Amino acid sequence: MAIALALAVQLAQLALVLLLAPLLTGYVRKLKAHLVGRQGPPLLQPYRELLRLLRKDVVLAESASWLFRAAPYLIFATTWVAAALVPTFAAGLVFSYAADVIAIVALLGAARFMLALAGLDVGTSFGGIGASREMMIASLAEPAMLMVVFTLSLLAGSTQLSSIAAALQAPEVGLRVSLALALVALIMVALAENARIPVDNPATHLELTMVHEAMILEYSGRHLALIEAASYLKLVLYVSLIACVFFPWGIAGPGQGAAAYLAGTGVYIAKLGVAGFALAVFETAIAKMRVFRVSDFLGAALMLGLLAALLLFVTQAT
Amino acid sequence: MIVHRSDWEQAAARLQAGEASLVALWGEPGSAHMALLDQNEIHTLSIACDGGRYPSVGRLHPPAIRLERAMRDLHGLEPDGLPDTRQWLHHDEPYRFLPAEGESLHQIPVGPVHAGIIEPGHFRFTANGETVVRLEERLGYVHKGTEQLMAGAPLERAARLAGRVSGDSTVAYALAFAHAVEAASGVEPPPRAVWLRALMAELERLANHCGDIGAVCNDAAFVVLHAQFGWLREQVLRTAARCFGHRLMMDCVVPGGVRADLAAEGQHALRVLAALVRSRFPELVEVYDNTESLKDRTVGTGILTPALAAQFAAGGYVGRASGRAFDARRTPGYAPYGELEFDVPVVQAGDVNARVWIRVREVGQSVALIEQLLAALPTGSIYAEARPSAGEGLALVEGFRGDIFAWVRMRSDGHVERCHLRDPSWFQWPLLEAAIEGNIVADFPLCNKSFNCSYSGHDL
Repeated sequence: MAIALALAVQLAQLALVLLLAPLLTGYVRKLKAHLVGRQGPPLLQPYRELLRLLRKDVVLAESASWLFRAAPYLIFATTWVAAALVPTFAAGLVFSYAADVIAIVALLGAARFMLALAGLDVGTSFGGIGASREMMIASLAEPAMLMVVFTLSLLAGSTQLSSIAAALQAPEVGLRVSLALALVALIMVALAENARIPVDNPATHLELTMVHEAMILEYSGRHLALIEAASYLKLVLYVSLIACVFFPWGIAGPGQGAAAYLAGTGVYIAKLGVAGFALAVFETAIAKMRVFRVSDFLGAALMLGLLAALLLFVTQAT
Repeated sequence: MIVHRSDWEQAAARLQAGEASLVALWGEPGSAHMALLDQNEIHTLSIACDGGRYPSVGRLHPPAIRLERAMRDLHGLEPDGLPDTRQWLHHDEPYRFLPAEGESLHQIPVGPVHAGIIEPGHFRFTANGETVVRLEERLGYVHKGTEQLMAGAPLERAARLAGRVSGDSTVAYALAFAHAVEAASGVEPPPRAVWLRALMAELERLANHCGDIGAVCNDAAFVVLHAQFGWLREQVLRTAARCFGHRLMMDCVVPGGVRADLAAEGQHALRVLAALVRSRFPELVEVYDNTESLKDRTVGTGILTPALAAQFAAGGYVGRASGRAFDARRTPGYAPYGELEFDVPVVQAGDVNARVWIRVREVGQSVALIEQLLAALPTGSIYAEARPSAGEGLALVEGFRGDIFAWVRMRSDGHVERCHLRDPSWFQWPLLEAAIEGNIVADFPLCNKSFNCSYSGHDL
């Protein structure tokens, strides 16, 4: 019975991230529109877009192979699982013991790998450009991400996100320089990973400047719906990750019951709201950087991550 | 002036030596014409094409190459010695792009259908990784046959066609056409019409420059300024609609005068608009100037050297951002600008930022001009009937993009026999190819938007 209940909570988490993901993207779009003085699309527009795309037929390029058709399902599945592994309203769910934060990074890496392959598969020049840019970004973002993971794991003594969240909630952790550096590094990685300004522009119509959009130019119908849903999920994942590690308050513990879960959900949605607002303000205030500046940007993230880990060693040694 | 082969070739040699600049080169069945700017005056040369052949200007002066290719397509005139004999405006045969060979070079075809809502044009990039080694343009997708439609058309219809060569410059085109017709038939438009035309032309410049500055910001994903400048442009367009009955002031300028008079209420609206631009525009420019992430994209990107700008006689902000101090309102100049005070801003940098700044400074000048025009607007009629008479006339008018050249030959029944309209983009498109070299592929949209060449005006 206990197991059934734990499974139910885990499934609720799976459903929650999937349901909230389009809303977060719609909310950020709406806020960005308001910030520049426009009305913007309705909050629920991303849901409608997904439904519209799901209903539409798939148009396949003649040169597309099975890989191109399989990639959207794999990308969606890996991203969804990864998103479900990050504690949102409750920590210590059943799945969280099956995979730690390194597994989450690996799942996202697998999704990216599939996407880049799919971009190359159809053989258009834009797919190739997008894939090569994405890989350039990834080769810098992943090490930076891992440095952040190492810092947190060293601090918490575990790579389990639930344990990290619990450990960082303890009063003895306090304010640490390492944590601040790791937070900044993780935010920079999150911006790059989610194809946000200043690394990529999610709203652009200019083929030549695209990164993420260039890879998926040839997708249509349900394939495109799955990829779009995966990118919505990825945004939720990164926000949840930052929230659960650096702002772990209000997350329900294992088996605390329905009331705690409900409160946890409320706090979680509030956190998403704050993060979405911050993202919209940041994106409005800054221009997209030149493609080759991205390496400087992510290099800085890597450096911050490295510094965070080093500082931790220095302070632990003394 | 009808000249012989030797004079024609001599003119081409002078162009090559940089002693004069090419204003226009156009044809009609049986003869070719060339307009030169020499010592701030426009001279025209005509040559009879025996057997449909004439000596190529492009052989000596590269800016003429595309014009000659277009003449070949449109009129079957064969330039002797033209180095590039591929079709240009016509798309009947498969196109051979120029080869660019080397290790690790790859090609990126873009267009003619683009992801955004813009005009069609094909761009063939040869890139080494992200760095552009060569860009070749392929245009002609919006060829409308304007010249052929104009041949034999009644004056009214021809004026409408002229105003539709490039929609964003409709006032400037209508003005150029009207000037040419008036020169051909000796009609003098009433003073009030002349001043109202200048008012419309400055409004058009204002609207387009605001739109362009915002669009450059948008291409760097800086949406705030895009929205703000777009709002400003919208205010200009709405005021234009209130004053003259059409947002773009299409068909308002006609040979002999203007179609729409400015009521007292319209004058008030224009004063309010000028005050609005004066108060809001500097704030927005300050945001542009103080946003480092944006300046990082525009400064040093897509540099056009002054030497190339001079060789191609690039007009408008493209030329003036690269040190070419040419403005058709000054040289050769036309009424009423002789009585008005304004600056022609020039900078040397030649990058995207410089082209933005020229526009910024020109917005200021346009507002000042609108205020001056309103302050001393003459009264009286706005239209003088043109007597049908045969003759030829030409005109050079400053549109927001640069100098628009118009040449017209009228028949004695008041119909147009032949007309040629040369868009400033003819000399700007090739420079875009030069400016992007050595830049990265992802910066092309930014460069392209800072040039903002017309597809429709170029494709005729």
